Amino acid sequence: MMNALLETIQQWLGPLFPLVWTLVKIVLILIPLLLSVAYLTFWERKVLGWMHVRIGPNRVGPWGLLQPMADGLKLFFKEVIFPTVADKKLFIVGPVMAIAPALAMWAVIPFADGMVLANVDAGVLYLLAIGSVGVYGIIIAGWASNSKYAFLGAMRSSAQMISYEVAMGLALISVLMVSGSLNLTEIVRGQAQGYFASQGAGFLSWNWLPLLPVFAVYLISGVAELNRAPFDVVEGESEIVAGHMVEYSGMSFAIFFLAEYANMILVSAMVAVFFFGGWLSPVGFLPDGLFWLAAKISAGLFFFLWIRATFPRYRYDQIMRLGWKVFVPLTLLWILVVGVWMMSPMNIWK
Amino acid sequence: MEFTSFLFYLFAAVMLFSALRVITARNPVHAVLFLVLAFFNAAGLWLLLQAEFLAIALIMVYVGAVMVLFLFVVMMLDINIERIRLGFWRHLPLGAAVGGIMVIEMAAVLTGPYFGLDNFPAQLADAAATAEGSNTKALARSLFTGYVYPFELASVILLVAIIAAVMLTLRERKDTKGMRPADQIAIKRSDRVRLVKMASVTDSNASNLAATLDTATDAKGGASQ
Repeated sequence: MMNALLETIQQWLGPLFPLVWTLVKIVLILIPLLLSVAYLTFWERKVLGWMHVRIGPNRVGPWGLLQPMADGLKLFFKEVIFPTVADKKLFIVGPVMAIAPALAMWAVIPFADGMVLANVDAGVLYLLAIGSVGVYGIIIAGWASNSKYAFLGAMRSSAQMISYEVAMGLALISVLMVSGSLNLTEIVRGQAQGYFASQGAGFLSWNWLPLLPVFAVYLISGVAELNRAPFDVVEGESEIVAGHMVEYSGMSFAIFFLAEYANMILVSAMVAVFFFGGWLSPVGFLPDGLFWLAAKISAGLFFFLWIRATFPRYRYDQIMRLGWKVFVPLTLLWILVVGVWMMSPMNIWK
Repeated sequence: MEFTSFLFYLFAAVMLFSALRVITARNPVHAVLFLVLAFFNAAGLWLLLQAEFLAIALIMVYVGAVMVLFLFVVMMLDINIERIRLGFWRHLPLGAAVGGIMVIEMAAVLTGPYFGLDNFPAQLADAAATAEGSNTKALARSLFTGYVYPFELASVILLVAIIAAVMLTLRERKDTKGMRPADQIAIKRSDRVRLVKMASVTDSNASNLAATLDTATDAKGGASQ
C-alpha cells in the first residue's frame, strides 16, 4: 500500500523525486525535533521548579502545558532591536549560524536500524566537522552586537568550545577503535554483539562499560560544548549578563534559544548512539526500536537538567584546567589502554 | 545538465565570489568570514569529487579551528584598513608575480595527463581504486602503512612547533593570583594554621583578675587561632 503510493508519486515527480522525498524526510525529522525543543523548555522549568520545591509554570492551559506555545507567540511578535552601531548583516547571520549546525547534524543520526536520513560512511567525522562550526554563531553574534559583554561572552565561548572539542574528538577515537567504523549505524550494531548480549543482558555489552572513563569525559565535555550549567560562563548572568545574547530580542533571541535546546537533544542522542546502544533494547526479551532511543535521549536530557539544578558554576580557569589537564590526558591514556586491550588475547571486540 | 554539474557551478561560483570578497572586503572580520565561506564551498567541491575525508578534514581543521582563531585575532586587533591600502601599487608587481606562478602551477596540475602526472602517486591511486565506498578507510590504510614514517615525522614536527610556540610566549608571572589546584589539595593544616601558646595572664597587676578572666581569655585565644 505504502510502497505502491510511493511508486505512483515517484513516477509523477520523475527526476525531482529524490529531492522532494529527502525534503519530506527532513520535515519528518525537524517537526518532532522542534516540538521536543518546545516541550523541553517546559520540562526544564518544571524539573527545576520541583527541585527547588516550587511548582513551575502551571497557568497557561491544563497543568501549564500550553506555556511553550505562549512563550513562542510572545517571542514571535516582539520587535527585533538592533543596537545603534551593530553590524546589521552579521547581527542576523549570528543566530542563523548557531541553529544551522544544530539541525544539520541530525542528518546522520540513526533513529532505528536503517532509519537515517544520510547513511554516510564518515558519519562521526561529519558530526565532528559540523559540530565545530557551531561556535561561529556565538562569535559572530558577540562581535556584531558591538557590546563588551557580548564580546567577552564570545571570547570565553570560543576558547571553551575549542578546548572541549579536543577532548570530545579524542574520546570518540576509543569508540571508533572498538567499532572499527565511522558509520553511526555500524557503531550501534557493533554494540549488539558480545558475551552479555548473547546472555540477554545487552546493556552490559554497550560501549559505556568497557569505555567508562571515556564515556564520563564525553558526557561532561558535551555539557561544556552546550555551554550549559555548570559550564555556562559563556552566558554568566552574574558577570556578563547573558554573554553573546545580551543585545538580542524577540525572534533573534528565540533562535539562539532553539539552537541551545536542539543541541541538548543532539548531544543526548550522540551519547545514546555512541555509548548506550542507540535503538537497541537493554534486555534480550524486549524488541529493539525507536522508543529505546527516545527513552535514552530523555534520560540524558534529564541528566542535563539535574546537574543544572545541582551544581554551582565552574570558575573559568577551572574549566580550562579540567579540559586540557584532566580530560585530554585521560582520553589519550584510554586510547592506549584500549589499543593494548584489543591486541591482547582478552579482546572482547572481534 | 546533471544535478551534480549544477552543484559544481553553484559551489564554484560562490567560492570565486567569496574568494574575491576576501581581498576586497573593507572590514577584516567580513574578509575572514568570506574566507570561511570559500572553505565551505571548496569542501563541497571535494565532496563532489568523492574526496569525503579531505572535505570533512578541511571543515574540521580550517573552518572549525584555524579560522576561529583567525577571527579571534582579527576581532582583537585594531586594523586601520587605509594604512594597509597605502602600499597597494608598490606591492602590486610582487603580488602579480606570485599570482602568475600559482596560475602556471595550477595549470600544470590540471593538464596533468599531458605532463604524465596522472601516474605519479601510484600507491595512493591504487588504494583509492580498490576502496569500496569509503575512501577514508583507504586513505587511513595507506597513511598508516606505506607512509607511516612521514606521517609520524610530520606529527612530531607539529608537536615541536607547539612546544616552541608555547615556550616563546610563556612568561611565568609572579604577580598573578592564579591558583594551583594540586597545591590547594596538597595543603596541610600546619601550613595554614599556627597554634600560639600564650599565658592566660601577662600583666602582674592583673593577677587579681586572673581567676575571673581565665575563661574569657581562653575563649579569645581560641578565636584568634
